[in-house]
Amino acid sequence: MSKILPYPLLTIFLIIMWLLLTNFSLGQFLVGTILAFIAVQGLAALHPAKPRLRRWDLLSKLIAIVLYDIVRSNIAVAKIILQGSKRERISGFMTIPLDLRDSSGLALLSVIITSTPGTAWIDYNSTQDTLLLHIFDLVDETAWRNLIKNRYEQLLLEIFE
Amino acid sequence: MNHAAHLPLWAALLVAIFLLIGAGLALIGSFGFYRLRNFYDRIHAPTLGTSWGTAAIVMASMICFSVLQSRLVLHELLIGVFVTVTTPVTLMLLGRAALYRDRSEGNPEVPAISTPKGRLDKPQLTKESESVPHNSKNMND
Repeated sequence: MSKILPYPLLTIFLIIMWLLLTNFSLGQFLVGTILAFIAVQGLAALHPAKPRLRRWDLLSKLIAIVLYDIVRSNIAVAKIILQGSKRERISGFMTIPLDLRDSSGLALLSVIITSTPGTAWIDYNSTQDTLLLHIFDLVDETAWRNLIKNRYEQLLLEIFE
Repeated sequence: MNHAAHLPLWAALLVAIFLLIGAGLALIGSFGFYRLRNFYDRIHAPTLGTSWGTAAIVMASMICFSVLQSRLVLHELLIGVFVTVTTPVTLMLLGRAALYRDRSEGNPEVPAISTPKGRLDKPQLTKESESVPHNSKNMND
């Protein structure tokens, strides 16, 4: 099984992507399956580290939380920009120690942090496991720390480690 | 068939609302990009366009063409996925490049490298990196 189909999830995603790009028909499904098969074999030849998902059920919870937070922070950042210089705003750097070591988990965290407006991932120090963020509206540093540590990292730890 | 006039009212309203939200967020993001004065502040503004700015326009497009063609048109989702997955790469690249420059220029607003066991803040390294631009400057003169 693992020799023929090393990345079952990726294969499914590639087939779905092919079907979305073309149209849903048996012929396209067959073409998509063949292409996905070749692509996955190509990836397997590179021997990338295989990510392990431990808790599938929590993934949807994470996605829901992140989508909600993106909406909220979009509104917050848009407000700040529109208010202009009328409002006092402090932006600044912030270092957060991370417990998350798994590289796929970190990659997902970086996607979450960059796609939420107001927080930007600047640097990750892998020898010290610290993350340097730039926060657009750094009024309450502990609130931001709680957000990253408890809201996202906790879930990611459960999913990946 | 592919004509906007054939859209029923509810769909037209939904499409219009989503398009306005998306375009509005992209506009606010660009405006912030222009208005803000500091590099690290500025990288926050365009994320409005890459997050819900893109998402709202993608949704509007999906609703519009799904209704017009009376089948589910979902390939726009891929745009959203690729934009979301690839923005961290560019943002990190820009952020780290700026941080590197500010640190080597000794900008006090940027946090210094805090590595007790790290190899990055050895004095020889900074000397070397400083001497290179000086040499090239002298040659140009």
